Amino acid sequence: MFSIFVIPFCLGVLALLVISVIKYYNWIKEFDRKQQTLIRKNILTWKFLPAIWEMFRECLLHWRITKHNALLGYMHRSLAFGWFLLIVVGFVQALVAYPNGHQFYVGIFFNYFEPHYPVSHSPALPFIANLMDALLLYVFSGLTLAIVKKFWSKPLGMKRTTRHNLTDRIAKAALWSIFPARLLAEGATSALYGNGGFLVVAMGRLMQAVGLTSTVLEYNLWTFYSLALGVFFTLMPFTRYMHIFTEVFLVYFRQLGLRDSDSKSGYTMFELSACSRCGICIDGCPINRELGVTDIQGVYLLQAIRNKDLRNRAESIANMCMVCGRCSAECPVGIDLEPVRRQVRTEYAKGIDHPEGFQYLKSLHHFNALGRVAYFGGCMSHLTPGITQAMEQIFQAAGQSYWFMDQEGSVCCGRPLLQQGLVRQAQALRDRNKSMLKKSNATMLVTSCPICYQSFTKDYRLDIPVMHHSQYIDMLLKNGKIKVERSDMRVTYHDPCELGRGCGVYDEPRHVVAATATLLPTQEEREKSLCCGFNLGNTSIDSEQQVLIRDAALRNLLEPNPDMIATACPMCKKAMTRANNTPVSDIAEIIANQLIEK
Amino acid sequence: MINFGYKISTPRSIDMDSADSRLYCQLVEAVPSYRYCIGCGGCTATCSAGQFTDFNIRKAHFLFSRRQYDKLASDTFTDTDLNKCMLCGKCSLVCPRGVNTRGLILQMRKLLLK
Repeated sequence: MFSIFVIPFCLGVLALLVISVIKYYNWIKEFDRKQQTLIRKNILTWKFLPAIWEMFRECLLHWRITKHNALLGYMHRSLAFGWFLLIVVGFVQALVAYPNGHQFYVGIFFNYFEPHYPVSHSPALPFIANLMDALLLYVFSGLTLAIVKKFWSKPLGMKRTTRHNLTDRIAKAALWSIFPARLLAEGATSALYGNGGFLVVAMGRLMQAVGLTSTVLEYNLWTFYSLALGVFFTLMPFTRYMHIFTEVFLVYFRQLGLRDSDSKSGYTMFELSACSRCGICIDGCPINRELGVTDIQGVYLLQAIRNKDLRNRAESIANMCMVCGRCSAECPVGIDLEPVRRQVRTEYAKGIDHPEGFQYLKSLHHFNALGRVAYFGGCMSHLTPGITQAMEQIFQAAGQSYWFMDQEGSVCCGRPLLQQGLVRQAQALRDRNKSMLKKSNATMLVTSCPICYQSFTKDYRLDIPVMHHSQYIDMLLKNGKIKVERSDMRVTYHDPCELGRGCGVYDEPRHVVAATATLLPTQEEREKSLCCGFNLGNTSIDSEQQVLIRDAALRNLLEPNPDMIATACPMCKKAMTRANNTPVSDIAEIIANQLIEK
Repeated sequence: MINFGYKISTPRSIDMDSADSRLYCQLVEAVPSYRYCIGCGGCTATCSAGQFTDFNIRKAHFLFSRRQYDKLASDTFTDTDLNKCMLCGKCSLVCPRGVNTRGLILQMRKLLLK
């Protein structure tokens, strides 16, 4: 079975295969040593099982998008899962019709070949034909939504959509024409021979009614269908549609335990291409929402790195970010955008990254804190002494001996430097703090600053437990080490970016607040919480812009009309205290005020 | 001659017409809030690095405004005091004028490096 019109399709498939294999081979070669070790260690383990489940759930069913917006999820699912089933059932159909073997393209162009060379007259064939038409209808429903979204995206839960480049738009036109072309071609065949399922037969009758019955038209329509497929497949590796296959690989590598490293690696290359440029990262971004800057979000960052023509813009895009993590929390592909952004910052900060500047820290003396808890207030807590005083009160009330590590002369945890890509300088500070902690023999580290907490838990690899003070106070309350009086205050809680999305600590601070006051829910909280605007991640905006972002967060917190705003971050507290009449307190201060002395 | 303890000090005025303003202009363009500074020194008082060293943002601001870049860093950029900054951000929170101090320090480093 052969006809000349299948050639564009076959060439497209060949191009797609060859280019994809070359690309994937090169990226896998670029894995760094740590990533290679992880692959070798985990490739023969059961980890492929959750990977397959996640591939099915995310690449085909688009579960995370559905959670974001049900209609948007339906759109992606009908296109991805619908098309996938169309291909699979198409091959089954060809297998049933020609049990003695057939060319691989017969499943794609089945209706064209079927009236010419019927071999098997299996009773399953009419059923499969109707199933195929139902699937095509399913895909059409998604396609209709996609067209609606192009002009009116709000019903699909997106205020703003991605601006695509030319190749992406050509590929999209090819993709969108594949399915109508298929229906028209099948309809033309049906108009001549009466084959096909319910949809195709209806299309065929319609074409008969308007007199479109000719073999020339039929042939041309099939050629157009084949061309649309061929163009789409050839363009796929160079456009956003590369995400279709790349996401499958990314899911697998992530399940094997691979993560981004300090510099661009093979894993990053997979992440870059796994981005479908859906633009979900744009709406949540505070820089878009409050400052109206719409060209720096994750989708454009990845595009700027991938597209080397935009090299000069990559630095300014990478720097213009609060590092609040809202985009990564919403990314349906699960791309960790913070390390990718940091890689670009690191590249551009190489010249100014001089750890020699920190020679002066060598003169710090060590302290023996054997058996004590080390308390690290963090730089910001020194600007909000209420928090450190409250913590000291709580330590005393719990009868816990402690060592206030940075009471005099605080050394930064290193994360602010790391966020700006100054990797070596950050390492110098970490080494310093780490050796001080080690020599002190402290049993545990408690910190009041979520930035420090994230740094200590993720970058330090300490051999003692690390707790944020919200977790520590929650533990003390649960153990009955401290007791608090209830008040009739109504409180809203602000999730600090670094503590919530950064470290996944959402419940403990809420337990602490609920132990003494009534906690009111807010519109955007937990994973969707808003940045206070003063996050250290961004060095390119001025305070006028920071204030705009902060005011948006405050509006959200003040909406339920609370008596007090609670937070668990000295910087968020400092940022919000200045702006409103409602008192802002750290959870440690709230607890210290309500302590019942034993 | 009798030594009365007086000496003639060298003049410290800068001839702005002959000074090289290129770096200064680039800095102001990158960090517009540079110009809001009133030199109160709050940043320097709270500075984490300032507790251990003589690193001084106000001084860096002053020298940059006077185009005395050579006093901030010699030819080997590594010796500049700006490298002592831990970027912790306390200065930007205490600044009464809302100067983007961290952006300022990073930009100064980048400009002095060139």
